[in-house]
Amino acid sequence: MVLPKIRNLEDLRKLKEEAKDLTSARSGGKKKIIVGMGTCGIAAGAREVLTAILNELDKRGIKDVAVETTGCIGMCQYEPLVDIIRPGEPRVTYGNVKPEDVSRIIAEHLINGNIVWEKVIGRTD
Amino acid sequence: MLEDLSQYILDIAENSAKAKARQVLIELKIDNSKKLIVLRVSDDGFGMDEDLLKKVEDPFTTTRKERRVGLGIPFLKQAALACEGFFKITSERGKGTIVEAGFRKDHIDCPPLGDIASTIATLIMGWPQCRWIFRYEVDDRSFTLDLADLLGYLEDRELLKSPKVVLWIKEYIQENISLLHGKEGGDGIA
Repeated sequence: MVLPKIRNLEDLRKLKEEAKDLTSARSGGKKKIIVGMGTCGIAAGAREVLTAILNELDKRGIKDVAVETTGCIGMCQYEPLVDIIRPGEPRVTYGNVKPEDVSRIIAEHLINGNIVWEKVIGRTD
Repeated sequence: MLEDLSQYILDIAENSAKAKARQVLIELKIDNSKKLIVLRVSDDGFGMDEDLLKKVEDPFTTTRKERRVGLGIPFLKQAALACEGFFKITSERGKGTIVEAGFRKDHIDCPPLGDIASTIATLIMGWPQCRWIFRYEVDDRSFTLDLADLLGYLEDRELLKSPKVVLWIKEYIQENISLLHGKEGGDGIA
């Protein structure tokens, strides 16, 4: 039996065209979001936070941002951890991030440059 | 302990990526007649020598420097044994590692499958340089996703960082998993 598929790998060709200008997000001097995805992060819900970030970026059509994951950085009690890096500004680490915090952090900090202080647990210059 | 199988898969498969695997095969087999779920993650990464392999199931063994405990493998082993399943890890320095965990499907402590599609999409996005192969079997039917096939269409590996592309891959996997479970009336999809 051939199972009907709604999505087909052929769709990727179209998607490729749409996502093309994203390649401007190639590393180097661009905004960056880093999500902690160690055992501690996963247990705290980091994967859901990452999905919320991807959805928000996609919804807003933001393409000049590189999203990365990283392992445990030893602050397990604050997981899920999300770092926002804007070129030329200090790296800001948000802790205990929930999917519902994501749109605010992206809108206020990533886009507008205003740190969401109540969720900040660290800053590195 | 983690919440569901999808979280264990993410955690264990990340070990493979961190061991610089060029290829990681993730197999999840759901056998309804044997009432068994078997997870197998095989990689061609660094592997472990006998000494490390002996210690790796101990939570106080880790290769990481940020903290002195490593819970990924002990967690998975505990979860498998809690539902009268099995756990096996084989490894060879320079060859790679195979982690295998079995779960009794009808056991009260068997973890739910969880969001497998998000796990695979997260792995692909996090380690796009690695060739991820994901095989999902329900009885005699299966679905395989090979990142090499996807790249055949995308051509540019950088596109695996695009939220649009990652979300598409996630939905694609989800659809195919749902199709495999179709005859069961959605059983097993958490």
